[in-house]
Amino acid sequence: MGTYLVRRAFHSFISLAGLLVLVFFLARLTGDPTNLYLPLDATLEARAEFTEKHGFNDPIYVQFGRYLVQLSQGDLGDSLMKARPSIDVVLEAFWVTLSLAAVVVPIALIGSVVVGALAAYRPGGAFDRIGTIAALLGASAPDFWVAITGIILFSLTLGWLPTSGYEGNIVYWIMPVTVLLIRPFGLLVQVARGSMLSVFSSAFVKTARAKGVKERSVIFVHALRNAMLPVITVAGDQAAGILNGAVIVETIFGWPGVGKLMIDSIFNRDFAVLQTSILVTAIAIFTVNIAIDVAYAFLDPRIRHN
Amino acid sequence: MTTPTEPAAFIPPPPSRGLRLLSLLWNDKFAFMGAMFVLLIVLFAVFGPMLFGDVATKMNLRARNMEPFTLDKGWLFFLGADALGRSILARIMVAGQNTMAVATSAVVAAMIIGGTFGLLAGFIGGWFGNVVLRLADMIMSFPSLLIAMIVLYMLEPRVENLIIVLGITRMPIYIRTARAEVLEIRERLFVSAARVMGASHWRIVGRHIAPIVLPTLTTIAALDFAFVMLVESALSFLGIGIQPPDITWGLMVSQGKNYLQTAWWLSFFPGLAIMMTALSLNLLSNWVRIALDPVQRWRLEV
Repeated sequence: MGTYLVRRAFHSFISLAGLLVLVFFLARLTGDPTNLYLPLDATLEARAEFTEKHGFNDPIYVQFGRYLVQLSQGDLGDSLMKARPSIDVVLEAFWVTLSLAAVVVPIALIGSVVVGALAAYRPGGAFDRIGTIAALLGASAPDFWVAITGIILFSLTLGWLPTSGYEGNIVYWIMPVTVLLIRPFGLLVQVARGSMLSVFSSAFVKTARAKGVKERSVIFVHALRNAMLPVITVAGDQAAGILNGAVIVETIFGWPGVGKLMIDSIFNRDFAVLQTSILVTAIAIFTVNIAIDVAYAFLDPRIRHN
Repeated sequence: MTTPTEPAAFIPPPPSRGLRLLSLLWNDKFAFMGAMFVLLIVLFAVFGPMLFGDVATKMNLRARNMEPFTLDKGWLFFLGADALGRSILARIMVAGQNTMAVATSAVVAAMIIGGTFGLLAGFIGGWFGNVVLRLADMIMSFPSLLIAMIVLYMLEPRVENLIIVLGITRMPIYIRTARAEVLEIRERLFVSAARVMGASHWRIVGRHIAPIVLPTLTTIAALDFAFVMLVESALSFLGIGIQPPDITWGLMVSQGKNYLQTAWWLSFFPGLAIMMTALSLNLLSNWVRIALDPVQRWRLEV
């Protein structure tokens, strides 16, 4: 297990390094930020001073070398937009997205497993049919359209919920959480149902039933625990998907999260913020993936990572 | 889906494979409706621009933001008109072409290129296999939407670039699946037999391994199609996908965003088209997965 984790971490590190190099060069190919930050009538001296100060006049490989040196000293660069260390800007935004994910992921996981289990219990029954169609609908829904339709219905027509904004009040959370939930939920219900179906026909469930274990504990103890593995795998793959959704949700509802920050930093050519936010989110995603591997071994003692 | 429907009428001895599949499809009503809808959308995508291309771009300022569900101006205006008085229905029918073309090209490209890399990675292994796998990990571990945004912002958003970006972000699945299958297949007897008989590497991969991997990849591609369509729509919605005057459904939703308060139908109907298409594709690919699986096929025949 230990050596496995070290190897996994090493592989993640290589992917991360590749990603950073890619983003560094791609971002700089989008153009020089000078024209974006200085007024149109800025003097040549002012422009020269700006590029000099931020190092944009050096060849790109020199800039990259400087970035690596700074990185090794733990300096991730300053935001052009906010003139603050980029890591502070990113962590503030990351916290917002994380709190959103912290609400969405548990609901999606628990809800989908329960619905999937109940649907698989009587395949072809009413609950199964409704659940399957609903899950397919959820997996097919374009999140930006759901968000907009929600705004039309609940904010503009009924006036129950605010159109956008981010505050502690729960009414600001209802629509973003729901929109972000729909796709992963639909997907996970299908996975949970499928894996429950195959577990229900396995020998150990039959044995449990034969020896008179209560039906409820057959479902929720014997079957569920074994059906969790595929659900968790797909949920892990969805970690990146939730970030995709966060980009949309945060843009539409005006949440100051990391998805919106990344979009803004691309449009503003705020390279340091872009790189740092990719670094932070990539580390988070890799951590989730490794944590899932550990959870495997925990849920299913037969799995040994050798 | 997999649920046994009404006992079907007597199915005559199968005259041909095509008819047999068709009767299987008819048995699953949801999949049948999905297939019909997809067929409709494909017809629109192929013939829409030819038939309605003019109507979709013709401005009519007297019909600005016309309300839906009236036939005053003819059936083309049944879903209302947009801010420039253009028929929403006609625009939806025409816009399908871009969405479909982008999604199809991206999925096919991802399948062919990713599949080939996966085959080679599995067959050759070694450092090449490792590099390919790491690359796939790298692409997969990061939100595809953001990679696409950076690249499209840099390359300027055009149809070709959109296809390239979407294709690259979908490649890892094909790479991993093809590799995993090859690892198993290359140990089988018939591969060893071919090798002993002196077949070249290319012949083994091309004639013996690829045909077995292909059906799996095709199934994944069918499932992937709806997803790629949704990503394309999201990119167009964010303004870095296809640019006006070209139209896609995602772009139409985005254009209607400014009139939410006064004209909800501008955003609602194009989005509905996206969802209906994605849903139909999902229903259909679920059905295909079962219909092509001999172990589960009985579920459709009951």
